[in-house]
Amino acid sequence: MKMDGGQALIRALELEGVDVMFGLPGGAILPVYDPIIDSSIRHILVRHEQGAGHMAEGYAHATGRPGVAMVTSGPGATNIVTPLCDAHLDSVPMVVITGQVPYAAIGTDAFQECDTTGITQSVTKHNFLVSEAQDIPRTIKEAFHIATTGRPGPVLVDIPKDIVDPDNPRSALEWTDDVEMDLPGYSPRTEVDPAAIAAAADLIRAAERPVLYVGGGILKARAAEALKELAELTGIHVVTTLMARGAFPDSHDLCLGMPGMHGNFTAVTAMQESDLLIALGARFDDRVTGRLDGFAQGAKIIHVDIDAAELGKVRRPDVAILGDCRVAIEALVSDLSSNGVGGADRGAWRSRVSGWQERFPLSYEQAQAGDALKPQMVIERLRDATPDDTIVASGVGQHQMWASQYWSFEHPYTWINSGGLGTMGFSIPAAIGAKAGCPDKMVWAVDGDGCFQMTAQELVTATVEKIPIKVALLNNSYLGMVRQWQEMFYDERYSEVFLSKDVPDYKGWAESMGCVAMRVDSPEEVDAAIAKANEVDDRPVVIDFRVTAAEKVYPMVPSGASNSELVVPPSQQDQPR
Amino acid sequence: MNEQQGSSGPAKHHVPDYRYHTLVVTVENKSGVLARLAALFSRRGFNIESLAVAPTDDERFSRVTVVVDLESAPLEQIIKQLDKLVNVVNIRELHPGHAVERELMIVTVAAGPDRRDELVEQLDRAGGKVLSVGADAMMLSLVGPPIRIDEFEELLGQYGIIELQRTGRVALANLDEND
Ligand SMILES: Cc1ncc(C[n+]2csc(CCOP(=O)(O)OP(=O)(O)O)c2C)c(N)n1
Ligand SMILES: [Mg+2]
Repeated sequence: MKMDGGQALIRALELEGVDVMFGLPGGAILPVYDPIIDSSIRHILVRHEQGAGHMAEGYAHATGRPGVAMVTSGPGATNIVTPLCDAHLDSVPMVVITGQVPYAAIGTDAFQECDTTGITQSVTKHNFLVSEAQDIPRTIKEAFHIATTGRPGPVLVDIPKDIVDPDNPRSALEWTDDVEMDLPGYSPRTEVDPAAIAAAADLIRAAERPVLYVGGGILKARAAEALKELAELTGIHVVTTLMARGAFPDSHDLCLGMPGMHGNFTAVTAMQESDLLIALGARFDDRVTGRLDGFAQGAKIIHVDIDAAELGKVRRPDVAILGDCRVAIEALVSDLSSNGVGGADRGAWRSRVSGWQERFPLSYEQAQAGDALKPQMVIERLRDATPDDTIVASGVGQHQMWASQYWSFEHPYTWINSGGLGTMGFSIPAAIGAKAGCPDKMVWAVDGDGCFQMTAQELVTATVEKIPIKVALLNNSYLGMVRQWQEMFYDERYSEVFLSKDVPDYKGWAESMGCVAMRVDSPEEVDAAIAKANEVDDRPVVIDFRVTAAEKVYPMVPSGASNSELVVPPSQQDQPR
Repeated sequence: MNEQQGSSGPAKHHVPDYRYHTLVVTVENKSGVLARLAALFSRRGFNIESLAVAPTDDERFSRVTVVVDLESAPLEQIIKQLDKLVNVVNIRELHPGHAVERELMIVTVAAGPDRRDELVEQLDRAGGKVLSVGADAMMLSLVGPPIRIDEFEELLGQYGIIELQRTGRVALANLDEND
């Protein structure tokens, strides 16, 4: 069948099962926007290309399917670099299509030309510059294959205008349904080495203080069920990193919650004191390990990862298992079921763990009558007033840590955040993408006032496209997380962290973007506002929660310190460790 | 890969008994692939000592011979990160002493008529060739194992090197090492 490159591109996306894409047109990508009118794919027009990228990420996080974004050349492409880097660090499957100047004009500094593949090389899993129309269907197939297999990640496809422009003979191609991929250098491995599994099972049987250290890879591998089976079979406690919140239910007896810089005392300390860390799809990030040479010094390591380069990158494992997390866990379960879970005595360990849980629960000082609103309390009320399977997307800062700490995650894929890159402004577009992918779920963005001002304009997109997300704005008038560091480590010298008490008028701003908006100043108003927000189903809602700026995120491992130097809230500082 | 390495503490640098290591990397013969390799080396802080690229007998692939500096990063990380590049098809480690390594040097040396005989005699012994002869200088070439090239380059110091170009090494595994 004869087609032009633009039609072929859209057809190829349809064949990949794309139902929604996010983008914004411009000169170089114009010809591809024409066939969208006749396509089954829903295109969501964003207000800034960064929004398109984070929406695609949010969609991918929530649905497990690759997110797709399309933007024009030059500034369109550079505006989406941040989401690409974000997706790269958090292993989010995403395909980004960028327009490019005509092939013959590349290198001439043509209008809106930039070296998109050069710029994005280090922030994508792979990228392509397509030179011939005939290569479009194959390249799209390869892009989706690379984005979704092995360790997932973002893939960019740069499309010169002449090969998609129906007025240009270079855009003509013969469409065939069966295109073969040509990727001789790409063959991710999923199966696992039985000898490594056996060695790992032996370590597990012998361990007296084992901890399952679970990272975002568990979610990418769709392995939450398998993990539960392994934990319950062995009775081993689980910590879920910031990227893995929800992979194991917070309400489960074996769940210790989040480890790391703002992890809770028990999760951090159990890892520190452990004799066996079973790392599943986790990468020993510095935010988790604290000072590396002080991290879990007495622990042996089993490390399961689909990316060989993670094995031994930071901490040398005693048993390295290369392959898919779910396959590995199932193999471990099968070994431990047939050969026994071992007779190691873990009684003393269990009582130490429960002692920590009793002495060092997550806590903050409750507000007294007349006190300002506490951000942690807002999260708790929101948690209690929303369904179990509510999707929470957060920004970056104190509010992110409180959301991760005080929410109770019961299901996988209900927590969406920017972990590796820590991108302020992530939450609103990510929530929109998640809601576009899961329209039947309630989606709340938990945002900070600093973050809100970076991407709030996407609420216009949400209104116009009828994507009714809800935003809990924890407005403390500050770049709060930075303020916290200045308070603790720079002698309370606050440099450039105060935003403003009165501008913008968030309620007025949100209303102008078509949202239902409320402002909450006191603790008594919280429940009613949330209840009202939960009633709205035809447009976005924003609640401006005016919270105190004085709260700090606890516990905290100061940067550069060992996890054993975890700072607990003042009320717990006299407790014996 | 390093048995002495304890299980606690960071995955410290593997301390190599040799500093440079040769990797033969087969890559897809596509535009931009060399840039990807170079970008990876710079982004991950891997230092390279030399790099030589040429097409192979199969036009779909090129072969890159790269000498990496193991003081900058452990060999295992370098290989694994390279392997993640989608256009990298195959990586082969060539252990020093188990490979045939060659390098080409061309050099212009200051040598007036009075010193030419001496220079040519040394060149003959090293197995090199005279490419051209000028009034006060000679242009020479020498192919050999990198260490021999080093030695010869040092020897030329006494004459005065005017201009020198080396290719960086290329290598193939010894015949009995081929698998
Ligand atoms: C794009 C970007 N710029 C700067 C930072 C550094 N940073 C991390 S948290 C933070 C403050 C965020 O402020 P806000 O959104 O109000 O959240 P809060 O900490 O007050 O809850 C800043 C500036 C970042 N993570 N991302
Ligand atoms: Mg703030």
